[in-house]
Amino acid sequence: MNKNIKFIIIILFSLFVFFVFYKGLEKPKNYLPEKNLNKIETSLVFKNLNDQKEILLGDLITNNSFSIINIWASWCLPCRDEHAYLLKLRNINKIDIIGINYKDKKSNAIEFLSDLGNPYHEVLVDLDGTKSIELGAIGVPETYLINNKILVKKYIGPLDDAKFKEIINLIKNEKN
Amino acid sequence: MINQIGNFSLFIALFASIFLIFQSSNVIRNKSKNLDGKIFSALSVQSLMVLISFFSLIYAFIVSDFSNETVYNNSHTTKPLFYKISGSWGNHEGSLLLWLLVLNIFLFIFFISSKKLLNKYRILTVLFQELIIIGFLLFIIFTSNPFLHLFPIPKEGTGLNPILQDPALAIHPPILYLGYVGTSIIFSSALAALVYGMVNKIWAKHIKKWIVISWIFLTIGILLGSIWAYYELGWGGFWFWDPVENVSLMPWFCLTALFHTIIVLEKRNIYQSWTIILSIATFSLSMGGTFLVRSGILNSIHTFANDPSRGIFILCFLLVLVLLAISIFFIFQKKLLKNFTKTFLVSKETAIIVNNWFMMFFLSVVLIGTVYPIFLEVINGSKISIGPPFYQKLIVPFLIPFLLFMAVGPKIKWIKDNLSKINYNQFILFILSIAISYLLVKLYGISYLLILPLFGLGFFLFFLTIKDFFSKNSTLSQKISHFGFSLFILSILFNGTLAKEFSSNMKVGDERKFLNKIIKFENIKIIEKNNYKSLVANFKISDEKSSISLNPEVRIYNQPRTLTSEAAINSTIYSDNFLVFNVIKDDGYYNVRYQFKPLMMWIWFSIILISAGGILSYLKKNE
Repeated sequence: MNKNIKFIIIILFSLFVFFVFYKGLEKPKNYLPEKNLNKIETSLVFKNLNDQKEILLGDLITNNSFSIINIWASWCLPCRDEHAYLLKLRNINKIDIIGINYKDKKSNAIEFLSDLGNPYHEVLVDLDGTKSIELGAIGVPETYLINNKILVKKYIGPLDDAKFKEIINLIKNEKN
Repeated sequence: MINQIGNFSLFIALFASIFLIFQSSNVIRNKSKNLDGKIFSALSVQSLMVLISFFSLIYAFIVSDFSNETVYNNSHTTKPLFYKISGSWGNHEGSLLLWLLVLNIFLFIFFISSKKLLNKYRILTVLFQELIIIGFLLFIIFTSNPFLHLFPIPKEGTGLNPILQDPALAIHPPILYLGYVGTSIIFSSALAALVYGMVNKIWAKHIKKWIVISWIFLTIGILLGSIWAYYELGWGGFWFWDPVENVSLMPWFCLTALFHTIIVLEKRNIYQSWTIILSIATFSLSMGGTFLVRSGILNSIHTFANDPSRGIFILCFLLVLVLLAISIFFIFQKKLLKNFTKTFLVSKETAIIVNNWFMMFFLSVVLIGTVYPIFLEVINGSKISIGPPFYQKLIVPFLIPFLLFMAVGPKIKWIKDNLSKINYNQFILFILSIAISYLLVKLYGISYLLILPLFGLGFFLFFLTIKDFFSKNSTLSQKISHFGFSLFILSILFNGTLAKEFSSNMKVGDERKFLNKIIKFENIKIIEKNNYKSLVANFKISDEKSSISLNPEVRIYNQPRTLTSEAAINSTIYSDNFLVFNVIKDDGYYNVRYQFKPLMMWIWFSIILISAGGILSYLKKNE
């Protein structure tokens, strides 16, 4: 009897695992974030890179103006490529650039910024990468252009000339 | 033409499989007597057909026959011959064909090398193995056929992913598959032995060969994968806890546990059920791994195909095999010998069970880390990503007791022993090890709490395994493997704690200071190669005593158009100097990343030592 119960439990467990995997297959990609594209999850709380103070993301994104969220990491080589564009964006447009430091060591992140320059008004820390997933990120680097708390455009991968010009144009058109 | 040959041979192999299943079940139900000859010829035909099919695919790759869809998708005329050949198993379809080929060859070898054992047991093993083979044949023919025809015939192929064009990676899959597929023989024969109530010393001795051989191939396969990741991916690491790497590690833990347990079964005739459970688990993990990698359920740099229908097929097939195995286990469990041999707390048997506990613990950590995100998402829709910190936090602290047991355990005798043997020598070595690691921690100013005991026990194991070479307690193969493992732990600890990294943007002529070294960017030039263009930079790294020059490359492949960074690595027996650079657009600056990695070579070398122990154990007959 005892043996039968064990047998049934193991069979049921295998079927359960089968069922979970089967369900998992229906969604083709496991880490693809939800596609509510136009809203930015403002209720996330982050720690600041330098003083570890907790900050609500919604407080940093101001109404009636543009902000940029850039997800980066010091170990991410394409992030270095796009860094120059972020610096230019800060100089030209006076928009708030919020950096989210993704799965990184604090010392490396600080070194990165002191080496290449700091384009960010605020650097937030996402140590385990979960918050970036909630924001809708699928990797680093990613850049979100936000206006009036609404996502205008999402750039996956490093910024380049074309993307940079597009951002400038988007901002100009809106202001005129 | 060659496509049809390959395709038809697969169908013939399928018929041979059906024939074999039919015949072997006849033998088992006592309907016909000895069919050794028939089964032997059917097996030969099947192996030959799969071999022909595999060679036709290789041939299609060599002559760049783009009427074949697999060749079109994965090859290109300008690719070097070596990579044309390795390209045939560097893709989903071809790699499954390779898997099938190894399955067949292994079964064939099993059949001709087990003649001394009970005939029915052999035939039943063939039956189980044929069930696996027929599953793979159906999978290949209906969902991943490598011989699909393309018309009109394209002039040029789309090329092989350049990061796969690497010698280590060309032989990595075949070696790993030999390990995976070896576990299928263990699975089939364990079930057959269970059915005929012959889970005993003789069976243990026989199957140990297969366990050892699978373990060797799996170990070397994992090693080659890490070497590839280190040299080619250019991240400067050799293990990333990527799901696909984990998938090869899980059967390895299980197989290592089995490797130790089978010795107990062979010597003392106990732990029968546990051996069978481990045999089933090892193969299920290998197959489950295939499912995770091939179905696209996990996202990883390694995943080949993202076709859900393939995933569903492997999943159902896996379920059938697992249910079959569990049912057989429960039905025939009573046939296991009921000799309640008393085992004592202080004995080699217990020590090996302790080893198994640790293996099972490491296995569950990796298993949970790999599949938990899938479960969580299906059940409540939330998404998490599990990275290296999870594994490090859970595995590293448990290495401390593990190392201690590994140092002490192998010295305990069979049946019964007492602890009073812990003598002054060992105690002195222990104190010495702790002292050395204390000095190291002070010297290098390492501030991580667990480093002191880890280094201490690493050295303790190291000294004890060296001392063992002068004693007669254990076999030479065990001494070498365990010594290799202590070396492995020490190299990883040194490598992990003393590695230094530097990165900066530099242009030609720039100099940067880092630690006591000067990194100078000397020059850069462009070299045209057959299927890629290459930017070769020259860096000089010098300290007071010496200077080395490193030539990292950025390659621009033309088919498919991809950029890869080739790291320049200067290896000595003390340390590796690792340098990789990347192009930043426009302004003449290059991003340069330099890493100083101590004892890198010793990590590879120690894994080779660990497998060398296995090879020795395989070669020696009376161990």
